[in-house]
Amino acid sequence: MIAFRPSVEAMIPALRRYARALTRDADIADDLVQDTLVRALRSERLFHGGDIRSWLYTILTNLNRNRRRSLARRPAISQFNEDDEAGANGTEAEGRDIERALTGLVEEQRSALLLVMLEGLTYREVAEIQGVPIGTVMSRLARARAHIKSSLDGEKVTLRRVK
Amino acid sequence: MTEPNMPVTEDELHALVDNELPADRRAAVENWLDTHPEDAARVASWRAIGDALHARYDRIADEAIPPTLELDRLAKRPRSWMIGVAAAVLLAFAAGGGVGWLAHDASAAAVASAPDPVNAMREEAIAAHRLYIGEVRHAIEVRAEESHLLPWLSKRIGMTLRAPDLSKYDLKLLGGRLLPCSDGGPAALLMYENEKGERVTLYATPLKAPRTSFRYQETDKFGAILWVADNYGWVVSGPAGDKPRLKGIAMAAIEQGERR
Repeated sequence: MIAFRPSVEAMIPALRRYARALTRDADIADDLVQDTLVRALRSERLFHGGDIRSWLYTILTNLNRNRRRSLARRPAISQFNEDDEAGANGTEAEGRDIERALTGLVEEQRSALLLVMLEGLTYREVAEIQGVPIGTVMSRLARARAHIKSSLDGEKVTLRRVK
Repeated sequence: MTEPNMPVTEDELHALVDNELPADRRAAVENWLDTHPEDAARVASWRAIGDALHARYDRIADEAIPPTLELDRLAKRPRSWMIGVAAAVLLAFAAGGGVGWLAHDASAAAVASAPDPVNAMREEAIAAHRLYIGEVRHAIEVRAEESHLLPWLSKRIGMTLRAPDLSKYDLKLLGGRLLPCSDGGPAALLMYENEKGERVTLYATPLKAPRTSFRYQETDKFGAILWVADNYGWVVSGPAGDKPRLKGIAMAAIEQGERR
């Protein structure tokens, strides 16, 4: 039987990375991870084995979906949106480009893309996390990639014009 | 069931990038890419997306884990906060793949959100801000000049309340008042004003909730920065659209509050 708490603890860095890419805001991301961990700890007695990794990603993904839904219901909410990496450095600019490209995605596409490409999960695992067939995951992934590609290509075109 | 000679599909191009391609199709797909440069370029651009994601976000996974996420602390949180969550937390996976654990709900759907004291506090602080900044003669109950303002409020909320000096934001302390919270507890409200008559309030109340970092939220024409530390919740409220200024004010409140 796996050791529950060490397994959960080992996942914290990855959860933080996923949450940050999903929400773009460091504070919201860590709050999301915190909520995820609290819920996981509360369910320790009820966890009967299985993939802790996928389970944790599922909780976090669902919490974010709830958070976004409840934001949408309130009037005039603006997202905490700090660009503290305002550097002239090329890699920082590229980092902002991919961040910006991510915000253009519908949430399910963003989460599918991140779970596959950033977190390295299989299509089957992502299907279970998102609660959809594998085919749906693949089409979300394809659309996410098409959107991001054109977003990033668009950035390059802008740069060329400026020169 | 895959055939080595079937034509290559779009799905397979994606699967190649994600290492999801069955071994017997790999050669066919790679051959296709050798002879179809446009598809090869698209596949390369998808790989580049993965590189960009790792370049931007991997460092987060290398950071030290913040204290707010330490499991030992989280495990000790007061139970009353988590009413109703336990049943709602459990999520069902489909039976396949050896992933299975108990669940109440059949769908991998919503995790019910627990009642949120932090959000309740924010709403009460904004309501107080909205109500009292509109008062001309009675915006505050006790004026800044009266020496018992801070000792009185401190005693009521159970901590040493300091009114931060916000002169660098052109804000002058007008005074403060004591407010009730809907849970029956007390809250202190300090009000500041600048020469144009714009007002900012600082709200402090005892709050059983874990520490948070700054959160900013706008509601109608107001902006608010809130945080929780040492079982006290704080909200700095002001006009919407100037988050950096509110954040600076919040930082001043923390820094000057910590001087003992």
